[in-house]
Amino acid sequence: MARFVLRRLLQSVVVLLGVTLVVFLLLQLVPGDPVRVALGTRFDQQTYDALRERSGLDRPLVAQYVGYVGHALTGDLGVSFRSGQPVTTIVLERLPATLSLAVTAVLLALLVAFPLGVLSAVRSGSVLDHAARVFSQFGVSVPDFWMGIMGILLFAGVLGWLPPSGYVALTEDPAGWASHVLLPAAAVGLVTASILTRFIRSSVLEVLSEDYVRTAEAKGLRSRIVVVRHVLRNALIPVVTVVAVQLASLIGGVIVIEVLFAWPGVGRLTYDAVQARDYPVLQGAVLFVAALFLLMNLLVDVLYARLDPRIGVR
Amino acid sequence: MRERSGRPTRPGHAGAPARRDPAEPVLAIEDLTVTIGTRRGPARAVAGVDWSVRAGQTLALVGESGSGKSMTVLAATGLAPRAARVTGRVRLLGEELTVLPEPRRRRLRGRHVGFVFQDPMTSLNPVLTVGRQVSEGCEEHLGMTRRQARERAVELLDLVGIPSPRRRADAYPHQFSGGMRQRVVIAMALSCEPDLLIADEPTTALDVTTQAQIVELVADLRRRLGTAVVWITHDLGVVAGVADTVAVMYGGRIVEQGPVDAVFAAPSHPYTRALLAARPDPAHRGRELPAIQGAPPSPLDLPAGCAFWPRCPVRGDARCEHELPPLVPVAPGHRVRTFYPGREDA
Repeated sequence: MARFVLRRLLQSVVVLLGVTLVVFLLLQLVPGDPVRVALGTRFDQQTYDALRERSGLDRPLVAQYVGYVGHALTGDLGVSFRSGQPVTTIVLERLPATLSLAVTAVLLALLVAFPLGVLSAVRSGSVLDHAARVFSQFGVSVPDFWMGIMGILLFAGVLGWLPPSGYVALTEDPAGWASHVLLPAAAVGLVTASILTRFIRSSVLEVLSEDYVRTAEAKGLRSRIVVVRHVLRNALIPVVTVVAVQLASLIGGVIVIEVLFAWPGVGRLTYDAVQARDYPVLQGAVLFVAALFLLMNLLVDVLYARLDPRIGVR
Repeated sequence: MRERSGRPTRPGHAGAPARRDPAEPVLAIEDLTVTIGTRRGPARAVAGVDWSVRAGQTLALVGESGSGKSMTVLAATGLAPRAARVTGRVRLLGEELTVLPEPRRRRLRGRHVGFVFQDPMTSLNPVLTVGRQVSEGCEEHLGMTRRQARERAVELLDLVGIPSPRRRADAYPHQFSGGMRQRVVIAMALSCEPDLLIADEPTTALDVTTQAQIVELVADLRRRLGTAVVWITHDLGVVAGVADTVAVMYGGRIVEQGPVDAVFAAPSHPYTRALLAARPDPAHRGRELPAIQGAPPSPLDLPAGCAFWPRCPVRGDARCEHELPPLVPVAPGHRVRTFYPGREDA
């Protein structure tokens, strides 16, 4: 197992290198001059050249890239053009907000999708099954920002139950955090819940038609035992992947929702960095998200080997 | 194989009907009909099937794929697909199963009937150890604790000839060969000392030497435990070896049934004769096997008369095409569904 993890970690390093290269090259194609943006409208040539030199933007591309990767290996992702703070610090500061939002969204989604998906498969064709299908169709069709806006209008505007936007750290005020996270998490979670409901339903349906389920029924086991012990254990193995991928993509992809709810996470950071042409921050944020994605995949693979005895970890 | 001994081996007969009359069949089905709703209309998979099997006896259900033999036993024991409508009477140990609510029927099935299905590669759950899969029935029906049930699972794995059963009980199905898996399935089927064992083509997916071992294993268990066996197969060689009585099915109906010796010695339905003729015979090595022309009828579109009529070499008269022949006795206990019993061809 240790060797497997080590090998996967080494593979991840290679992938991350690729990610840095792609991001680095893409940024070269983006129009706009970060030094100009940083200096505003009034500056002279001397200040411009000085900042350009200090940022290393006057060096050849290859040198810039090699320098960047070299520093990145030591955890130094450069400094923000805008604030002058180290990028690593900035991203790490934003991470708890994003993680808490993404995890809450996935938990909310699972809370809905798990019972709904399983029940609609076990009672396929029932009223509940049809309702679940309508729900998931609705969920995947409606964009999350629209759900967010509607949520704000209803729960913050009309009813006044929840704050419309803003962020309170979980560590400082759990109740305040909960009231703030609920709307954005529900808005994002609805899409995730719809995807998961569909996936869980079809996975459970597939397992229900397996021969070994008939074997279990032939043994005269109670249907609850058949479903929990024989069906779910098998049906949920592929679901683990989908949940992890959903979580990973939420960590990297809740930009619109974070902007809408003034949620100071990595998504919001990425958005601001793009606006400001703050290349080091943008690179750093993307690199972080990619690293989290890879970590999540590794976790899934390890979990898979634990859940499915047929998968040998070599 | 060693003697079974000790308390955990001897399950209590809680939930079993109190008195057992040896003349009373273990399983008796009467006029069983199964209709399955499909997108293209109702499919009549089984029609008016009667048979019974006594303790210590083996009934072979023979027929081509789709002839309704598996559906008959699945429907009788409440395992038919949800889309199936089952009518008729099914008595298991004297209890009428068709009128029982599902929980009661489920308990009777698990406690008194063991199933061995066709493909051991798919009939075991891949994520549970084989020990667990054998023991869960004992926990459910014999009121054993998890530990007792595990001990019993080890004994059963030993009984069906799995080497180092204590260690192998913790292995997963994919760590066994096909033949060994089928032994596990048999151990599972025997876990509650069932009165009836239903073996649904248990050797079809196995290689020839393993087939012989499994056939011998079941025959041996039946002799020692006095279990009634329903053996579903299309292999007439197996039928001759294991069965006491045989029922030949075609198009969802029984076309011939009787003691195995009588049916083999004097096959009276053209279909039975054709099946027997299609067996490989060492005396005729090198000669092409006679095949039955055409294909079995679709359960969606059964002929009005005899289901075998389109393929029949006899075709005595117009009645065969338009009128369903009754099941008539040709000898004691030997019945055949044809207007022309014993006639070779027209």
